[in-house]
Amino acid sequence: MINFTLNGKATSIDANASMPLLWVLRDELQMTGTKYGCGMGLCGACTVHMDGQPIRACSMPISAVAGKAITTIEGLDPDANHPVQKAWMEHKVPQCGYCQSGQIMSAAALLENNQNPSDEEIDNFMQGNICRCGTYPRIKAAIKTAAKFVEVK
Amino acid sequence: MTQLTNCSRRSFLKGMGVTSGALVIGATIPSFSPIMAAAANYTLNLFVSLDTDGTVNIICHRSEMGQGIRTGLPQVLADEMEADWERVNIVQGLANEEYGSQNTDGSRSIRHFYQTMRKMGASARAMLAQAAADQWQVPVSEVVAAAHKVTHKVSGKTMGYGDLAVAASKLNMPADDQVKLKDKSEFKYIGKDLTIVDLPDMLVGDTTFGQDVQLPGMLVASIVRSPVIGANVKSFDEAAAKSFKGVTQVIKMPERQFPVGFNSLPGVAVLAKNTWAAQQGAKLLNVQWTDHDNAKHDSSDYLKALEEKVAGKGKVQRSAGDAYAALASSSKTLTAKYTVPYLAHAPMEPPAATATFIDGAVEIWACTQTPQSTQNTVAQVLGIDKSKVKVNVTLLGGGFGRKSKPDFSVEAALLARETGKPVKVVWSREDDIQQCYFHAISAQRFEAGLDENGQVTSWIQRTAFPSISWTFNGQADEPSGGELSLGFADVPFEVANLSCETHKANAHTRIGWVRSVSNIQHAFARGSFVDEVAVAANVAPHKMWHQLIGSDRKVDPKSQGFEFSNYGESLDTFPIDTKRLKAVLDLVVDKSGADKATAENEGWGISVHRSFVSYVAVAVKVNIANNKVTVMEMHSAIDAGTVVNPDRVKSQQEGSMIFGLSLALMGEISFKDGRVQQSNYHDYPVARINQTPAKIETYIISSDAPAGGVGEPGTPPVAAALTNAIFRAGGQRIRDLPINKHMQV
Repeated sequence: MINFTLNGKATSIDANASMPLLWVLRDELQMTGTKYGCGMGLCGACTVHMDGQPIRACSMPISAVAGKAITTIEGLDPDANHPVQKAWMEHKVPQCGYCQSGQIMSAAALLENNQNPSDEEIDNFMQGNICRCGTYPRIKAAIKTAAKFVEVK
Repeated sequence: MTQLTNCSRRSFLKGMGVTSGALVIGATIPSFSPIMAAAANYTLNLFVSLDTDGTVNIICHRSEMGQGIRTGLPQVLADEMEADWERVNIVQGLANEEYGSQNTDGSRSIRHFYQTMRKMGASARAMLAQAAADQWQVPVSEVVAAAHKVTHKVSGKTMGYGDLAVAASKLNMPADDQVKLKDKSEFKYIGKDLTIVDLPDMLVGDTTFGQDVQLPGMLVASIVRSPVIGANVKSFDEAAAKSFKGVTQVIKMPERQFPVGFNSLPGVAVLAKNTWAAQQGAKLLNVQWTDHDNAKHDSSDYLKALEEKVAGKGKVQRSAGDAYAALASSSKTLTAKYTVPYLAHAPMEPPAATATFIDGAVEIWACTQTPQSTQNTVAQVLGIDKSKVKVNVTLLGGGFGRKSKPDFSVEAALLARETGKPVKVVWSREDDIQQCYFHAISAQRFEAGLDENGQVTSWIQRTAFPSISWTFNGQADEPSGGELSLGFADVPFEVANLSCETHKANAHTRIGWVRSVSNIQHAFARGSFVDEVAVAANVAPHKMWHQLIGSDRKVDPKSQGFEFSNYGESLDTFPIDTKRLKAVLDLVVDKSGADKATAENEGWGISVHRSFVSYVAVAVKVNIANNKVTVMEMHSAIDAGTVVNPDRVKSQQEGSMIFGLSLALMGEISFKDGRVQQSNYHDYPVARINQTPAKIETYIISSDAPAGGVGEPGTPPVAAALTNAIFRAGGQRIRDLPINKHMQV
């Protein structure tokens, strides 16, 4: 039995220790907001926060999550009032939406550590998140808007 | 303007008690959408029903894969109906031929259904007006239906749409010729930037894609498929796979079939209680395969053979004058050969389908672009009537043509029948990259003759690639007329002496359509060659494009011997209009400044192309330093005729340009021993944010012309614009894609 905190709630799971967090979330806990894209930490679709840091859930065995606090897209702000969610709405970022949970979680982590990222810093931080629809220009613009929301807050 | 945001679907789902993105529904096997059962209370027509609380349920019968169609089509209908957008609920349509084609490909949802949606909306509005007039016993001419209510102009009495739902649903639909459409000046939503209806859900992870479907008692299947098309399973280690905890069954898939069509591939399925166990079990199978001739396929050798073929004269598909005589008498000649490798779609969501098989009937939930062909193919493979196959369409995490092929739904249906349980087939990224219906590898050769004034007097173009037709007939060994209509034999140039020729090529893998299809290689070759001719004639590329496109006119390839399929449209309604082609080019050059001087290691490239009956010109600016190319700016101008949602046209242009950027910079699938050499995003890279310029501009031509395609036309001109820019920035002339074979990207 592995115990961890999921979106603020104490959670216990009986799973193969090597099963990645991604599949625990999706298949065992029916929380499918976190997406499967590559299974190798290459695309960022499964990005969640572990103790506030962005991680790729597809490459994180559940055994390593014991005692940690996990935040998924469902827990970021269910009312979509997080600065990143608001900026995503304003810039109408998503197309198909599949990668966007990961994009939003990465962007939120970026702004947590850097409240005024430059273009280069955005590129560096976000290059682990692929969007095949090509929403990158809007992601860049939305992160800058979100940074302003953070300032205001 | 204020942003219109339709949140009703979300609040409706919440009301139904479905709060998670996962679809976990009660004891019996449910329909995908709980909305379906609750919504169809009072039907006005095939696409609209009303609830008594005033909720207007509009069916979107096309698949949503990021183009915004679940917003675009309903916003047309809601406009004509005078429905309040905030009270519209979008219902995803099941596979149903009554809707007309649901094949969401070919950039044709708006093109084919704009008028239908307008009529359905206007017809519903007329029925509501009539229902109110009947109730008040006044002539219908005295009432007006607007803003979600009907008003009696004389007395000022009003009734809401919800209160009229029952009465209106009992009326007959007005005859087609009696339906009165709005004047353009009365539009409230058409032409406006409505926010996509699914955006609020996407922000909180509350969406259901094909990969997200979950049913009670469901098994997840991971399938090891034949790496060589034509090879069958020889042996496998069932016990090893079953030794992984959670694996419940191992099932051999049906043997190979030709033509490959939409059939499942031979292979072995590992079924488990969760995806992880299924995928791990599959890795232990150690499948051995029978031999097949396709195992000799080597894409490098194959491409060399195609290049040799196009060096010689081929089968003439379209001609004017005598291109060879004109070439012989020209004062300057120019020849160039261009190649494009196999490409994969690589949508962020790998294919996935879930199926049940109960009492001889199949129900499917899939991220499919083609619910009707899913229904037909599943019925055919399982030998049941198609009335016994119900197909629910989830959101698609990208499609790009991959999800037009229902092979993955066939797999799910077969396994559901075999196990008697709900089965979700989850394709891994590796499955997706290696078992794709690939964009055809190709070689093109162009030759031009110029007179002493730099005027082009002869134009010869050849192409060779394995045909998509082979996938469906197992025989084709040359491009189809349809493929040659995609940017090859529809060349819109005013050159007196022209020859468009093709060569034969056999297929060795599943060939399919990838966003913009054969336009990819044809626009790359032609757009590059125009730039090369401009260099040879010592004129600006913009001027050379104008010279070649020539006078304002409608091009008719048939008059020069080619049966142009024109994306299924008549040339009367959707001509090849050179004036519109030149207009987008002029606009993009003007707006981007692509004709202006740049720093020495920088350069602009342009290209223009008509596809899917729309016109797109692209300008790209690059910087080259230490043999590394950096894309600085990308601009596009599009004339797609009537536009429903300008912001979604813009987002499609942004996306299709970045799709073009990906394939030009890095896109390459190669085969060795009949097997795909790439497997995931590390060796089949697609553009990342750091490779994409922040400055991507779109200019939309304002037009009342019939709506053209939008999802694909932005891709074809990109590769040539980019390689032209590299040349202008002092880099080499790149004729063999991808660019990363020649320089760093």
